[in-house]
Amino acid sequence: MLHIPILRHGRAYESVETFELVHHATGATVATVSQANSGLVARDIARMDDAILERFTVAELMDMCRKAAELFMTGALPLGDGRQTFDEYVTCLSATTGMPISYCRANAKKIQRVLSDIGAVIGGLTRGFDLSILDRGYGHHGGGWLSYHRVGRVFGAVLPSNSPGVHSLWAPAVALKVPVVLKPGREEPWTPYRIIESLAAAGVPREAFGFYPTDHAGAGEILRHCDRSMLFGGGPTVRPWLNDPRVEVHGPGYSKVLLGDDCVHDWRNYIDVMVGSIAANGGRSCINASAVWTPKHGRAIAEALADRLGAVRALPADDAEASIAAFGNVAAAEQISAVIDAGLREPGAIELTADGRGGPRLVREGRCAYLLPTIVWCEDWKHPLANHEFLFPYASVVECPTVEMADAIGPSLVVSAITRDKAFAASLMASAKVERLNVGAIPTYQISWDQPHEGNLFEHLYRQRAFQIEPAA
Amino acid sequence: MLVGDVRAIEAMNAGGGLAARVEEARARLDAQAREIVAWHFDPKTGCPFWLDYAKKQDWEPRTAIQGYADLRRFEPFEDEWLRGGPVRRWVPKAYAGRPVYVFETGGSTGVPKSRINIEDFRTDYELFSETLPDGAFPKGSDWLMLGPSGPRRLRLAVEHLCQHRGGICFCVDMDPRWVVKLIKSGRPELMHEYKDHVIHQGLTVLRAHENIRCLFTTPKLLEALCERISLVRAGITGVFCGGTQLTAQFHRFAREELLEGAIEFVPTYGNTLMGLACHKPFDPADHYSIIYHPPSPRAMLEVVDPKEPDRVVKYGELGRVRLTTLTREFFVPGFLERDEGIRRPPCEAYPWDGVGDVRPFSGFATPVIEGVY
Repeated sequence: MLHIPILRHGRAYESVETFELVHHATGATVATVSQANSGLVARDIARMDDAILERFTVAELMDMCRKAAELFMTGALPLGDGRQTFDEYVTCLSATTGMPISYCRANAKKIQRVLSDIGAVIGGLTRGFDLSILDRGYGHHGGGWLSYHRVGRVFGAVLPSNSPGVHSLWAPAVALKVPVVLKPGREEPWTPYRIIESLAAAGVPREAFGFYPTDHAGAGEILRHCDRSMLFGGGPTVRPWLNDPRVEVHGPGYSKVLLGDDCVHDWRNYIDVMVGSIAANGGRSCINASAVWTPKHGRAIAEALADRLGAVRALPADDAEASIAAFGNVAAAEQISAVIDAGLREPGAIELTADGRGGPRLVREGRCAYLLPTIVWCEDWKHPLANHEFLFPYASVVECPTVEMADAIGPSLVVSAITRDKAFAASLMASAKVERLNVGAIPTYQISWDQPHEGNLFEHLYRQRAFQIEPAA
Repeated sequence: MLVGDVRAIEAMNAGGGLAARVEEARARLDAQAREIVAWHFDPKTGCPFWLDYAKKQDWEPRTAIQGYADLRRFEPFEDEWLRGGPVRRWVPKAYAGRPVYVFETGGSTGVPKSRINIEDFRTDYELFSETLPDGAFPKGSDWLMLGPSGPRRLRLAVEHLCQHRGGICFCVDMDPRWVVKLIKSGRPELMHEYKDHVIHQGLTVLRAHENIRCLFTTPKLLEALCERISLVRAGITGVFCGGTQLTAQFHRFAREELLEGAIEFVPTYGNTLMGLACHKPFDPADHYSIIYHPPSPRAMLEVVDPKEPDRVVKYGELGRVRLTTLTREFFVPGFLERDEGIRRPPCEAYPWDGVGDVRPFSGFATPVIEGVY
């Protein structure tokens, strides 16, 4: 039986308590996972050597990341007592998350890309200053002194299971000399473990890594004891941490596609962008659009989206045509579907995918379930279903005058504004509610890796200090 | 099934020494059931609650109850009976005029359950004292009690344990109801501030009094204390830990790391209604499973099918914990605890059933907030 251990300062530790990770469709045990008690997590963080990566230059660490990128995609890397090939990794990942094999491979490529293009990623975060400044602590830049000190002595990440792509967000911390402590999502220990092993095989000291499958209390210890951390989740999970500047909260994205008055008459030309934004990666990412806002033609746009997405079928994860993920937790799928049904009972909303798909939204297949794409036309953007995000391809379509959109859309991780109207674009540019702004027909999922994502990781981990030095005699 | 369980069941089936001791213990339990029912239902000695109860029945407990198994004649004990007054209905007439303590359980919301006590807590802890190794819990050494106080029994009980062993007990207050409130209202930082406040007081006492060798505390406070100090270097030789759920992994972590493999660790399971269960002596074959044995014949724990509480589950199976308390001060037949656990067989030290891996009962609609202190 495959066993995934805890990694304590990089060393494998088998807990007395384990849980079984099962195949979403068959229920067969795929692996057992060691569970860390919360006190162990706190104790290890306190004893972590936070200067372990200082012996390397950023350039050297970036070289290791590049090597790790290759190893991640091709290596037979340590996992518990044995080794795991890339294909085995993909199989396990799909088995426990229900994500189609093809998407697992695509997400792995995202991780490879971040590691192999680490120079561009770090350059984007640091806006191009000479990175040896981080090695020396200071240096010349733009005609003056520039100095930074590292406030993120140990970086923690409480990670989700929804999509392996999220691991591209914490990985650059290693190149910035910061040891990391990870709590993987329950169904997805595979990717963070493999990234750690790739980096270790590439030369990063194992002591720079902590990997703790643990419970809510253990997650709390990570957030409390790490100097800086990132937390994925929503609602009560993140509420206690919302005002803690040490914790970067990654909640639901509420990403949107907006149409400007100047482009709306050509809306048919942008249906591909909208469909992709809603449904890419099985609709499981925070960068998937959960709403389309338009000044007019809303109903027609909704019908066209429903027509396209209504053709999606529930297929096994190993089917090359599969495009939505299965829910191993059937109750979670039922709950999501029930929330939508409750919203539809409120006047002013209608699901347009219902007729086209010719069956229910919730499909049971053996011991798992699927939620088929759902497009809801809302007559008013204040309808309860207009601004919801779910873990499958779901989107509302609403009408709203463009002059009101910037204020009305609410917090939105990604906004793709299909417009050439400078005034409309400027209103979005000025909005603090928009985290990532794409102007033009750019799908919401299209990420430019040299741009920050929900906060700048470098600025989270480093602080600039005022600096002067007396010239040498 | 644990290796230790298999060995114990084989020993019982072989009809040797353990089997005989199990029989003897069972006979003592049957005798205790007869004696305690006779006491509580005797108009001269019994308490008003049970005397009133008997009047409403069409059977006579004093004749019907001839052994432990007969206690099933009683309807399931309802915890509502212990909430609110008059509390004097629980005081046996034989103890009229004696000083009475009242101890409470839970109570973070609503009316807490209460139990009267006269000498029981002292008796329970004196019996427990006999199970403590003198090397790790030296007679005459002082103790630090760092755990739940206020309306709970623990503070007085641990203090008595310490005094019974010739020591003096230093105590630090800790109010678990406040901790539960902070968690429920989503204020973990305040909870940690409060924890630091408790730990700070404990450290001050430990540093100021060199004769402290023994410690009672809860799992969370033990972790917090060990983040600040090496208990080995502080001179602690024995730690008695309880007050809330302990997991097998915590057990290992405490033995190997918090206590550096050098301090005796005695986990216990106790509550206001039962008294104090003893931990089966550490055996590597148990794989750190924490196995408790009730203080038979003064109390008995059974692991039962939650849907059919009169059916005891098989060894190694999970079920809900059912408590029966049989003392002259307090009689509770068949009370379904808020915990579940795995039924474990008798062992040499305690030749009656035990309960392993106790945790909050998963069948409640609203999860119990546990493990917070």
